[in-house]
Amino acid sequence: MIQKHDALKQLFQREFSKMVAVIARLYGLEHIALAEDIVSETFLQAMESWEQRGVPEHATAWLYAVAKQKTLYHFRRTKILQDKVLPFVAASASTKADAVEPDFSQQGIRDSQLQMMFAICTPAIASEAQIGLALRILCGFGIDEIAEAFLSNKETINKRLFRAREKLRTEGITMEFPPEHMLATRLDNVLHVLYLLFNEGYYSTTQDKILQKDMCLEAMRLCLLLTGYPPTRTPKTHALLALMCFHASRFHARQVSPDDLPVLYEQQDEQLWDQALIHQGHHFLNLSAEGSDLSSYHLEARIASWHCVKEDTTEKWEEILQLYNDLLFINYSPGVALNRTFALYKARGWQVALVEAEKLKLENHFYFLLLGELYRHTDTGQALVHFRKAHTLAKTQAEKRGIQEKIDALGTF
Amino acid sequence: MQEFALLFRQPSYDYSQLPPEEMKELTKKWKDWAGGVAAQGRLVSNGPRLGEPAKVLKAGGVVTDGPFVEIREVLGSFIIVKAENLEDATTLAHGCPALDSQGSVEIRPIW
Repeated sequence: MIQKHDALKQLFQREFSKMVAVIARLYGLEHIALAEDIVSETFLQAMESWEQRGVPEHATAWLYAVAKQKTLYHFRRTKILQDKVLPFVAASASTKADAVEPDFSQQGIRDSQLQMMFAICTPAIASEAQIGLALRILCGFGIDEIAEAFLSNKETINKRLFRAREKLRTEGITMEFPPEHMLATRLDNVLHVLYLLFNEGYYSTTQDKILQKDMCLEAMRLCLLLTGYPPTRTPKTHALLALMCFHASRFHARQVSPDDLPVLYEQQDEQLWDQALIHQGHHFLNLSAEGSDLSSYHLEARIASWHCVKEDTTEKWEEILQLYNDLLFINYSPGVALNRTFALYKARGWQVALVEAEKLKLENHFYFLLLGELYRHTDTGQALVHFRKAHTLAKTQAEKRGIQEKIDALGTF
Repeated sequence: MQEFALLFRQPSYDYSQLPPEEMKELTKKWKDWAGGVAAQGRLVSNGPRLGEPAKVLKAGGVVTDGPFVEIREVLGSFIIVKAENLEDATTLAHGCPALDSQGSVEIRPIW
C-alpha cells in the first residue's frame, strides 16, 4: 500500500510541473496559481477515482483529459474565456476554436516546460523566492516539502510563493522563448537557478535525505531537458550537467553514515560511488569542450571529475590547484579562495600554503579549520587556538563535533 | 580600496627556445602568483597578454619594428588589483615571476 502511494506521489510530482506549464502557457502566466489549483484538483479526483477503480492503464492520459476538462470549465466559469481569451481567438482568424485547449502532446509539454523555465528564472524575482517557485512550479514539490528544504514553515513559504507569483504578474513576465539575441543571457539565468537548485539539495541542511536527493535529481532532469533543445544545448549546459553528474555519483557514499550526518569525502567508501554517473559526467564534460567557452561550470566540473579519483597524487592536486586558480580569475568567492589554498597545501605542502592562508583573512569556521590544519604541522599551540576559534564559529552541532575531534586529537601528541 | 595597475616588464618575452616542460612550469608560476592575489579577493582584472611582433609609430610618421631598443625592459602585460594604498599594492606584487626573469613590476594608481 505504501509502495503504491509512493508510486502515485512520484507520478503526481512528475506530471505536476508538466501540466501546470501547459495550462499556464495557454492562459497566461498571470493565472499560474489557478493552473496549480486545477492540477491539484485533478490529482485529488484521480486519488478518489483510482482508489475505487484502480489505476487506469494510461494514467497520464487520464490526468491530461481530466485537467483539460477542468481547465475549460474553470475558465468558462470565471469569464476569463469571454473577456480575455475569446477576443484574442477571434482576432487571429486562423486560430481554430480548439486551440484554446491545453496542448498535452509531447511537443506541447516540452515547449511549455522550457518556456516555464525561462519565465521562472527571470532575474526580476529575488533568488530565494525564485528557488522556492522553481521547486514548486518546475519540480512539482509540495509546500510542506519546500518548507522542510528551507527549514521554514508552510505559511512563510506560501507567502513567499505568493509574492513571487505577484512579481511574475507585475513584471509582465510571459511564457515564451527568449528572442535569439537575448538567449545567451537568459540561458545563463536558467543555468544559475538550476545550479542553485542542485546545491540547495546537495548541501541542504534538512535531515530528509530523500528530499535532498529529489531536489538534485530534479535539477538534473531540468538540465537534461535543456540539452534536448538545440538553442539551449550549449557547452555551458553540458558543463553544468557534467558537474551535477560527478557530484551526484557520491550521493549514496555520503549518506550511509550511521549517525545520519553526511560522510565526509575523506571517509567515503569509493566502492559506493556510482560509476555509471561518473561515466555520464565524462560524456557531458567531453560535449562541454566544444567551442572556446570556458565557464565556471566547466572549471567546477573538471574539479569535480578529479574528485572522482580517490587516490591522492600530487598530479591530481596540482591540476585541481590550477583549476581553482582559473576559477578565481573568473569569479572570486571566499569558498573558492579557501579551496584553492587547500589544494595548494595538498600539491605543495603546508609551508607554502600557510603563507598564502595567512593572507586570506576570512572570518568563518572553514578558514580557521584550514589554519588549524596547517599549523598542526609546525605549532600545536597555534593549531589549538585556530581549531577553538573554528569551534566557536561553527554553526551546526555536527560541525562542532567534527572540530572537537580534531582538538582532542591534538591533545594526544 | 583603490585600483592599481601592476605593469610587468622583462628584458625578453621570447619563449620560443624554451622546452615545453619549462614553459608549463613558467605558466604555473604566473598562475600561482596571480591566483594568490585573486584568493585575497584583490584581483580586479586579469589583463591581456601583449604579444609580438610589434610596431612603433613615432612623430613624423616614422614606423619601426620592435624590439624597442630604447627601453631595456619590454612591457609584457598588466593586471589590475585593488589595494588600500600604494604600499599595500606593492606588497601584492611581491613574488611576481617577472622578478625571477630580471624583470620588474611597476605599480601605478588608476585614476
